[in-house]
Amino acid sequence: MSSSVLPAVAARPSRLRLFEPITLLWVALIAALLVLVAAPLLKLLVISFEEQDTGVFTIQNYFTAYGRQRYIDALINSLLLGTLSAAISTVIAVPMAWAVSRTDMPGKGFTWAMVLAAFIMPPYLGAIGWILLAGPNSGWINVVWRGLTGATDPLVNIYTFTGMAFVIALHSFPLVFIFVKSALDLVSSEMEDAANILGAGTWTAMRKVTLPLVWPSILGGFILIFLETIALFGTPAIIGIPARINVVTTQLWQFFEDPVRVEVAAAYAIPLLLITMGMIAVQKLMLSRKGFVSQTGKGGERREVKLGPWRWVMLGWCVAVAMLSVVKPLTVLLQASFAKAWGRGFSFDNLTLRNYEFLLFEHDVAPRAVWNTVWFSGASATIAGVLALLVAYIVVRKLMRFADALGFLAMAPFVIPGIVMAIGFYAAYAGPPLSLYGSGLLIILAFAARFLPIAYANSQAAIRAVHPEMEEAARILGSGRLHAIRKVTAPLLKTSLLGGWLVVFIVASRELSAAIFLVGPRTRTMSVLLYDLSEQGNFEVVAAFGGILLFITMVIVGIGMKLVGRDFMLRRE
Amino acid sequence: MPRLVLSGLTKAYGVIKVVDGVELTLEEGEFVSLLGPSGCGKTTTLRMIAGFVDPTGGTISVDGQALSAPGAVVPPERRGMSMIFQSYAIWPNMTVAENVAFGLKLRKLPREEVQRRVTEMLDVVQLGKLAHRYPAELSGGQQQRVALARAIVVKPSVLLLDEPLSNLDANLREEMRFEIRRLHDEFRITTVYVTHDQGEAMATSDRIAVMNAGRIEQVDAPHLLYTRPRTRFVAGFVGRTNLLEARVEDGALLLDGVSLGPASQAGLPADARGSVLVSLRPQAMAILAAPPPASDALVLKAVITERTYLGEAWDYVLRPDGTGLHLRAAAPPLEAHDVGAAVWLRIDPRQVAVVE
Repeated sequence: MSSSVLPAVAARPSRLRLFEPITLLWVALIAALLVLVAAPLLKLLVISFEEQDTGVFTIQNYFTAYGRQRYIDALINSLLLGTLSAAISTVIAVPMAWAVSRTDMPGKGFTWAMVLAAFIMPPYLGAIGWILLAGPNSGWINVVWRGLTGATDPLVNIYTFTGMAFVIALHSFPLVFIFVKSALDLVSSEMEDAANILGAGTWTAMRKVTLPLVWPSILGGFILIFLETIALFGTPAIIGIPARINVVTTQLWQFFEDPVRVEVAAAYAIPLLLITMGMIAVQKLMLSRKGFVSQTGKGGERREVKLGPWRWVMLGWCVAVAMLSVVKPLTVLLQASFAKAWGRGFSFDNLTLRNYEFLLFEHDVAPRAVWNTVWFSGASATIAGVLALLVAYIVVRKLMRFADALGFLAMAPFVIPGIVMAIGFYAAYAGPPLSLYGSGLLIILAFAARFLPIAYANSQAAIRAVHPEMEEAARILGSGRLHAIRKVTAPLLKTSLLGGWLVVFIVASRELSAAIFLVGPRTRTMSVLLYDLSEQGNFEVVAAFGGILLFITMVIVGIGMKLVGRDFMLRRE
Repeated sequence: MPRLVLSGLTKAYGVIKVVDGVELTLEEGEFVSLLGPSGCGKTTTLRMIAGFVDPTGGTISVDGQALSAPGAVVPPERRGMSMIFQSYAIWPNMTVAENVAFGLKLRKLPREEVQRRVTEMLDVVQLGKLAHRYPAELSGGQQQRVALARAIVVKPSVLLLDEPLSNLDANLREEMRFEIRRLHDEFRITTVYVTHDQGEAMATSDRIAVMNAGRIEQVDAPHLLYTRPRTRFVAGFVGRTNLLEARVEDGALLLDGVSLGPASQAGLPADARGSVLVSLRPQAMAILAAPPPASDALVLKAVITERTYLGEAWDYVLRPDGTGLHLRAAAPPLEAHDVGAAVWLRIDPRQVAVVE
């Protein structure tokens, strides 16, 4: 009976199904990801083996890139700097994470706020703050020190290798903090109780049980900071170049000075890429090892460890870190931004709004840079967000057979240092046939690609949290797939997607390493202009511009906290 | 004309057939459960009926209209069905009333009618006062009622329920069982109910289809399923039982030489012979301290070898004299016998079932 009705009723829907729009969408997404992720990387690799102008195959670029002691020293310096910064960050952050997560230390809210502030502050602004604090001649700390002791030598000098590592660590430690704290949050108090009952005191239990349990997270954070540091441009350029310390990123920058030698830069960037890929593979391997609580996700009961008087010691540590990373640099920056001459200190006759006025109304580039930053960040956050949402939806819901390939491409930029990606974008799209050099589009696309993994991880988590039955319930009641997404899925994802958009906006608005290689005369961003200004040495104007950048960031963070939740920036992904 | 017909319905992932040639027919207004252990293919069957999973073979038709054949599938939204999900899938961004009104609005009913039917429906499930609450403010049982209201209010051709009570605590589960049956008695919607809980299936269903390894083993009314299981799997899965080797000789069913009565009574054809498997429920036996006066009943002398007190009943293991059998028998709480005691076991021959 049913077979006779079948062709008439059921054949039409079958033909419709074959042409489900999802297939076309998949092709479009693959194309977009190839343009954004695969092509620049491939071009980077190809161009590193090409002779300039002629395009003939050669390995000469690699000989040029590593032919001089100076270039090899830069590579070694980068590795040392990365190790030292990561080590300092770990020393700073692990006790803080332990104190906030597991003890009865007071002032946890304050500590959180300071970690967030250190995280939000662009590292190059911190570097400028520390020049004002610890410059050998006129830095505040040294001026006060000479005044107090009558000494002639400076107490501290920021223009040194350790000084540079220290400044970098002061703005990277939040990553270790977030990693370790979220792992500690999962350790059940019973783990410590079991050690206590066998005779271990608080400190022994922490050393022998708690910390070893989160060891993979500590190492994971260490590796991440190492990688961030070797790919960092701002601080090494602002502090390292005057101090004559050359690292890979500043060396890459020199290859881009006239005459631009992209081929050599590409060849020189390859080890950075390989190290990053290798280290992330190591980190993945380590975190996937079984037997660590941080990976099981089991909570169990949690109680605060009673520290007694020691809790004031822990608070002291957190306050000291807050002073060094946020309060002091911010104070001197603000002072300088409102000062006629920052060296004259805090006094009424030194106060002025002139620096802000000059930047906002008279400077020929600054207002445009502010606009560029907002527009580029907003556009790239939107592109990355939409792309990430579509890819994550297809991957999580397994709508296509090769959906995982999309997810892989979307996550790929995670293992590409921003500076390497920028050179790839330059190589692929700056010149003919697209000739995007000097256009905003080049920067927007590069930012979108660079921060795609952040948006993707965010979308993926958000979609996973929406049970597929939510959509199925709508469909069985009569709504098509798109209607179900519009009515049910989209409203449920709204908040977390907004959170993801804001995070990308914030990191894009302060991005320097990628932007510096791609900006043209009319597409300077605030971060690039800030670097230009700092090279001119007019610190009052630099500080005022930094103040404007911080103000914009704080407005966005404030919106995020209001609409998405207090910790939207610091969730571990 | 039957309401829902599944014919040769099959779903294979690679070479593994998770649903294998399922045949099932539901009359209009009938309530049928798909009962089976996890992984037996019952949820996949339900999701094929709903249209979320495309079958590899076989057909699904409603009122004689084919909804699904290999390569030709009507999407879920055009099937006129509704479904209650394991997770409830109540949309947290809509109020209770908006959740219930969703399907009605899609059917383009006038606003007043939507309003009227939502109000009526919420009253039926006793949620009238909570119409403007958000789901996050409701208890698990209340969310379950919203799911029921949302699914029933559209008057679906077929209502599908996917283990709807598995997330509730024991007391609430019992209450909701009767609520589901009550709503069915009120609206007479043709219903397919998936569960692994035989108590749920028994309390709610007109008929139960027991599934195992992708196949339907038996479809019957709950009491027939219990007293006359047709396969070894059904006998073991629905309730507890003694599975025993028996022989058929000269039209009589023999258990270790003791007659269990005529073979025709246990559902065997007249010419059957040889060895068969029989299911004997613990409740089909009575334990007597003294030999019964009348000898027409089937009585075995036995020794108690183990006993367990379960509160509601005693659970005895007995060995009939002259056999190596171990029989499980249930007895009321007051009928206590010591281990080692000699007793008489009376078997109700009507409850002896031959199984495949």
